[in-house]
Amino acid sequence: MGISFSKEDDGYSKGFEEFRKDAPGNGMLWMESLREQGIRKFSELGFPTPENEDWRFTNVTPIARTTFTIEKNGHKQVAPEALSRFMFPKLKTIRLVFIDGTYSPALSDLSDIPEGVKVMSLDSALESDEGLVKKYLSKYADFSEEAFTALNTAFMQDGGFVHIPRGTMLKEPVHLLYVTGKSDKATITNPRNLLVVEDNCKAEVIEHYVSLDEGVYFSNVVTELIVGENSSVGHYMIECESMKAFNVSTLRVEQGRSSNIRSHSVLLGGAIVRNNVHPVLAGEGCDSLINGLFMSTGRQHMDNYMKVEHASPHCDSRQFYNGVLDGRSRGVFHGRIIVHKDAQKTDAKQTNRNLLLSDNAQIDTKPQLEIYADDVKCTHGATIGQMDENAVFYLRSRGINEDAAREILLGAFTSGTLESIQIEEIRTYCESLVAEWFARRKGGTESDNDPR
Amino acid sequence: MLEIRNLHVNVADQEILKGLNLKVNAGEVHSIMGPNGSGKSTLAQVLAGRASYEVTEGEIIFEGKDLLGLAPEERACEGIFMAFQYPVEIPGVANTYLLREALNSIRKYRGLEPLKHVEFAKLAKEKMGIMGMPDNLLKRSVNEGFSGGEKKKNEIFQMEILEPKLAILDETDSGLDIDALKVVADGVNALRNPERAFVVITHYQRLLDYIVPDFVHVLVDGRILKSGGKELAFELEDRGYGWVEEEAGKAVNN
Ligand SMILES: Nc1ncnc2c1ncn2[C@@H]1O[C@H](COP(=O)(O)OP(=O)(O)OP(=O)(O)O)[C@@H](O)[C@H]1O
Ligand SMILES: [Mg+2]
Repeated sequence: MGISFSKEDDGYSKGFEEFRKDAPGNGMLWMESLREQGIRKFSELGFPTPENEDWRFTNVTPIARTTFTIEKNGHKQVAPEALSRFMFPKLKTIRLVFIDGTYSPALSDLSDIPEGVKVMSLDSALESDEGLVKKYLSKYADFSEEAFTALNTAFMQDGGFVHIPRGTMLKEPVHLLYVTGKSDKATITNPRNLLVVEDNCKAEVIEHYVSLDEGVYFSNVVTELIVGENSSVGHYMIECESMKAFNVSTLRVEQGRSSNIRSHSVLLGGAIVRNNVHPVLAGEGCDSLINGLFMSTGRQHMDNYMKVEHASPHCDSRQFYNGVLDGRSRGVFHGRIIVHKDAQKTDAKQTNRNLLLSDNAQIDTKPQLEIYADDVKCTHGATIGQMDENAVFYLRSRGINEDAAREILLGAFTSGTLESIQIEEIRTYCESLVAEWFARRKGGTESDNDPR
Repeated sequence: MLEIRNLHVNVADQEILKGLNLKVNAGEVHSIMGPNGSGKSTLAQVLAGRASYEVTEGEIIFEGKDLLGLAPEERACEGIFMAFQYPVEIPGVANTYLLREALNSIRKYRGLEPLKHVEFAKLAKEKMGIMGMPDNLLKRSVNEGFSGGEKKKNEIFQMEILEPKLAILDETDSGLDIDALKVVADGVNALRNPERAFVVITHYQRLLDYIVPDFVHVLVDGRILKSGGKELAFELEDRGYGWVEEEAGKAVNN
């Protein structure tokens, strides 16, 4: 059974009345009120249009005009073997699996959670740790101007809840695996992740979006990551949705004093993808690495929106975000750096390199620096280019055939982008996804097809 | 081994080579000298197979095969090697990786088994030693951040590994100090044998003290205007290229 949104204007509001009846947190006044604020804001804002400067290069009409269904508790049986290709070889993880938006205890693995650490579904956390959830949920992911975040807040279904107490070195990464199964309807899920890392901790969290079928569906994700003082957190967004799917994800990070985060995005699937990465360097002396690789082909559209907010002095941010675009695909890199008045001695750097593999692929890259402090260092640079033909010729002149030469150069570009992933098994897994992408490209099946 | 007949080449719709003839036999070393812009690198690039250089007329026969019908990688596999005047930097591709891929690709073409990692490592180490190159240059990205001299040595190092039949060295001596020049020349001389030939492009007679050529050719404005023995190089060093042009002009007028 499910709830459908018609594409008419108040379709979502009508669906909301149905959805709220047994939504997670029902009966908790604060949750109900939060959801109501979400739906009200969403109705007011509506889906963004290209007149909105933040959406200038991305038209979400295909999302707005689709009628989506929320699958409630009706999730299919999925055999564990069907998920084996989404596991990281040689890496033990604490794993939460969600099928069509609903937590699946049977497919999850919570056997190795250290004492004091909480890893569970958000729905369960609302039962067992309401106070903790209430303290952080929606305190950072502002939706006053963000329609998709408002939509998620209204319809947040389930998601990963992670709480890591002071002084914990979490050995195993947390793997949040979101699987969309086969469906004859277009489905929507609104995963909501709340990741709270207290002071002096180290942790790694992987968000991983996959599908078992090449269907049309929409993953509208919001993740709040709160990083305590002196903590170090790696966050990985691995997006391998169906080529017909939509994925809009917002990662909102709040960084405490002397903390460091490493955000890695690897985007490969989806018809329309929007990846928002929004760290706020709130405490003094923070470090942020925002690293990403997006690879698009066919008619895929991948929009990467970075909003790096320096709110305190002596913080460093580094953006290294690269794209590979083939077929008729389109990419966007919008890199905002905001340096608030008090954020003196900010050192912010941004680079975006794009490799166009086809004459019909297109990239819009837009740096946007808003600097309100006077003693700061901000640099940005973007390149858009074809493969270096001199390098291709150089390799060929040494006896390497043309296809192999191009593959070597492409591999150098992608590996160079993934290099900063510290966890070797995760890096290797991402490398293997890229290798599959190359293999499909070589098969020649993708450059001409139309995933929409 | 190599025969170039009446070669005409256009670059960006401009004729650069205007009827060039050259014959190179196995075991010989030919030196090509000529003023800037006369077409020396164009000749080298055409031999290596760069597509942007358009051959409008003439032919190139290499060991009985029509060279112009072969892709650059096929030429390399047939035994042609060109040391670039301006070696290309390739970030993210390790020098050693490029060389192993190249060597194994050539071996495959010749029906040989690929070299195992250890065998290759041994071979590379030996050749690095000859070239006096530090080990870390193997692991670094191809030519990236190399000094001018290191880049040139790296070209010769590649030649040592790939053991071509015909090597074309395009101003490999330019920008080298005398010690590096000797190393490069030793590398070349070590490979000299009756089955192998060299075409050495240079501006300076100095190199020819170390790599003694059998023939010297003067390339001016897309044509070889004069050929001679190694003593021609001294004459060019003393008198420049003007007299060659004058002499050729007279020959045409008569
Ligand atoms: N890609 C190109 N586009 C346009 N013109 C070119 C190109 N490559 C070479 N040329 C021109 O062709 C002519 C011959 O160049 P080439 O590099 O062969 O000369 P060269 O004899 O090697 O000179 P040098 O001694 O300076 O190395 C020059 O006039 C040069 O400007
Ligand atoms: Mg030249």
